[in-house]
Amino acid sequence: MTTETRTGADCVIEGLREAGADIVFGLPGGAVLDIFSKLYHADDMKLVLVRHEQGATHMADGYARATGKVGVCLVTSGPGATNAVTGLATAYMDGIPMVCISGQVPSHMIGNDAFQEADTTGITRAVTKHNYLVHNADDLPRIFAEAFHIASTGKPGPVLIDIPKDVQRAATTAAATPAVNLAGYRPQSGYNPEQVKQLADAINTAKRPLLYTGGGVIAGNASAELTALAHKANIPVTTTLMGLGGFPETDPLALRMLGMHGSMTANLAVGECDLLISVGARFDDRVTGRIAEFAPTAKKAHIDIDPSSINKSVAVDIPVVGHAKDVLAALTDLVDTRERGEWVEHLSEQKARFPLAYDEKTEELLPQYVIDMVYKVSNGEALIVTDVGQHQMWAAHFFKYTAPRTFLSSGGLGTMGYGLPAGIGAQAAFPDKNVVVLSGDGSIQMCFQELVVAVEHGWNVNTVILNNGHLGMVRQWQEMFYGKEYAGSVLKQEDRPANEKMPPQANDEFLPDFVKLAEAYGAIGVRVTCKEDVVPALEKAFSTKAPVVIECIVKEEENVYPMVPPGASLDETILSMV
Amino acid sequence: MTKRHIITLLVENHPGVLARVVGLISGRGYNIETLNVGPTHHPERSRMTMTVPGDDHVLEQVIKQLYKLVDVIEVSDLTDERHLNRELVLVEVAATEEKRAELVQLAGMCDAVVISVQDESLTMELADTRNRVADFIDLLKPYTILDLSRSGVIAVSRPE
Repeated sequence: MTTETRTGADCVIEGLREAGADIVFGLPGGAVLDIFSKLYHADDMKLVLVRHEQGATHMADGYARATGKVGVCLVTSGPGATNAVTGLATAYMDGIPMVCISGQVPSHMIGNDAFQEADTTGITRAVTKHNYLVHNADDLPRIFAEAFHIASTGKPGPVLIDIPKDVQRAATTAAATPAVNLAGYRPQSGYNPEQVKQLADAINTAKRPLLYTGGGVIAGNASAELTALAHKANIPVTTTLMGLGGFPETDPLALRMLGMHGSMTANLAVGECDLLISVGARFDDRVTGRIAEFAPTAKKAHIDIDPSSINKSVAVDIPVVGHAKDVLAALTDLVDTRERGEWVEHLSEQKARFPLAYDEKTEELLPQYVIDMVYKVSNGEALIVTDVGQHQMWAAHFFKYTAPRTFLSSGGLGTMGYGLPAGIGAQAAFPDKNVVVLSGDGSIQMCFQELVVAVEHGWNVNTVILNNGHLGMVRQWQEMFYGKEYAGSVLKQEDRPANEKMPPQANDEFLPDFVKLAEAYGAIGVRVTCKEDVVPALEKAFSTKAPVVIECIVKEEENVYPMVPPGASLDETILSMV
Repeated sequence: MTKRHIITLLVENHPGVLARVVGLISGRGYNIETLNVGPTHHPERSRMTMTVPGDDHVLEQVIKQLYKLVDVIEVSDLTDERHLNRELVLVEVAATEEKRAELVQLAGMCDAVVISVQDESLTMELADTRNRVADFIDLLKPYTILDLSRSGVIAVSRPE
C-alpha cells in the first residue's frame, strides 16, 4: 500500500500503470498540462500526439478493437472534450473498452463559463458507460480502478474521467491500489444452466437452426467456442457487420453477413429457419429490416451479456444472459452431433445461386475489384479497418474474414472519419501487421490530418481510398429513394446541382489531390486509374516500410447490392436495380 | 396494457445521479409523470420514487436500462406488489368568511388538515394515497383553487 504524498496528476499515471496501459493517445491544452508534465517523465508509457481529439478517441478505439485491451486517450477541457464526443459515442454504440481522461477548469471556476470550460460529464453522459467529475485527488486511485473495471467488464464501453486542474495539482496520500467495490455495478457472471439446457433441447429438435452472431463474439473472445458449436451440431452461421471475423467466412457453414446489405442466402435463411440463435448481437434495425417480419416462423433464442439487450427490439423465446464464451462452451457439451444434410445443402445451393458478386469481366475500375484484390494480394491476412459508406459494405462482401479482431469498423454510430485513426491505433498495437484502411473520398477527409501521426511513428498503415467523386451511399439512396435529387452528395466539381456549381478551378480533375495531400503529410501517394494498376500498386504498398495512400479512381455509379430497402423485410432483399 | 407504474430506486448519494436517471429515461423516449428524491437511513444512499406510464414491455426496458447505470443499486416496480404509497398535496383555496366552515368540514371528511388561514383563503394539506389525493382535489374544484403543489408519490414495499 502506497501512502506517500504525491499529486493528483501522479495518481493518473499510477492509475494507468496499475491498469496495464502503456500507450496514450492525446493532445494537450491548458487544463491538462499537469498530467502531460507527468507523462514527460513516464518512460514506460508511449504518448502519441494526435492532431485532433476525435483522432485520439478513434486511435484508442482501434487499439482496443485490435487487442481487446482498454484504449486510453487524454484530452483537454472544453473543445478538447467536445471533440472527443464523436469517438466516445462510436465506442459506446459498439461496446468498445476505452478510458478517456479530460482536463477541466479549476474546481472554483466550474459553472462560471470559464475559458475552455464545458460541462463535460453532462455532455458525455449519454455516450459513455459511466463518467466521473473528480472533486478530490484522494478519490483518483479508486476512480481509475473503477473506470478500467467498468470499461472492460460486462458489455464493455467508454468511461470518461474529468479532472479539474486543481485536483491534478493537489497533494494526496491515498493508497495506490484500492479495492473496487461498486454496489450498483454487478456485471453478469455465470449463466442460468436451465436456460442453456432449454436452448440445447431446442437446438437438438430443430430442423433448420441458424446462428446469428455479432460483436459480442469478438468482445467475448468466443470465436473458438462458436466454431466448435456450429461444427458439432452443423448449424449455419450468419454474422452482423460487428461480428465479422467471429466465424471464419471461408467455412462451408458460413452464410456471410445478414441485414440491409447482407447476402441473399443469409437473409433468406433468416426467413426459413425454425430456430434463430442470436449470440452477442442486438437485433439492430440495419439487421432486422421490418421487425415484425424478422424470422417470423422461427423460435428465437438470445445469448447476451447485457440483460437490457434481451427483449429490447424482438421478443425472444429463450433468453440466456451470460458470457458468450461460457454459454457456447456449455451448449456445445449439451447438443447432439447432427448432420442436418438437407438444410446445409439447401443453403449451399442458395450460396451458389446468389453469390456476393460483381462484374469481374469489365474493363472499368470497379470499387469491388479493388477490395477483392486487397483480399487476394494480402492472402486474406490483412487487418482491415473501414470508414463508413459503400466501401464499408463492399469491405464486408469482398474480403473474407477468418479471425476475430481483423475487421474494425464503426457499426452502430456509423462514424465517417473513423477508419484512418482507428487503423493507426491498430498499427500502434501491431506494428508488423498489414493494416489496410479502406475508405472513400468522403470519409477520408474527416480525419485525414492524422496521417502525419503514422508517418511520425513509422507505422506502415496503408490507406486505400475508393474515390467515386461522391458521398456514395448518400448518392445511392438518392438514386433509389429520392428521385435522383443529388443534393449535397456530389464531391467532384462537375455534374453538381445548379445551386452547388463551382466556378471552374485551375485543376479540378482531382480536387482535393489525395496524392499531394499524402505527400504533404510525408506519406507516399499513388493514384490508380485503371484496373491493371491495382495489383502492382497494392503489392508495392504492402512491401513498403512507410505509410502509403492509394487513391483509386473508381466507377461512380456502382451501388451496393444486395439491399433491403429501408423499412422492408429481409425477404424483400433486392439484388439489383433492374 | 398501459398503466401507471410505481418504480422505486435505491441509488448512490452522488452528485449527478438524478441527472443520470432523468437523462436516461427522457433520452430513451419514456415519460416520467412524478418524481421524488430524498435521503434514506443510510447516509450514502438516496431513494427515488417515480411513476412512469407504459405497458409491461416499456417498463421492462426502463428497469433494465436503469440497472445499467453504475450509480443505481436497486430498482423495483411496486405496481403489482404489496406496497404502501403516499402523496402529499398542499392546496390554497379561495375562502371568504362565509365559505370557511364549509371548507373546513370538507377537509375533515377527507382527513385533510387546514394548515393556514388567510383573510381570503385557506391552505390545506393532505397526505394520502394517490387516488384519494386526486379525489380531494376533485372535490375542491367547485371552489376556486388559487395554488396547488403535489409531491408525487413516494412508496415502500410492504413486508408480508
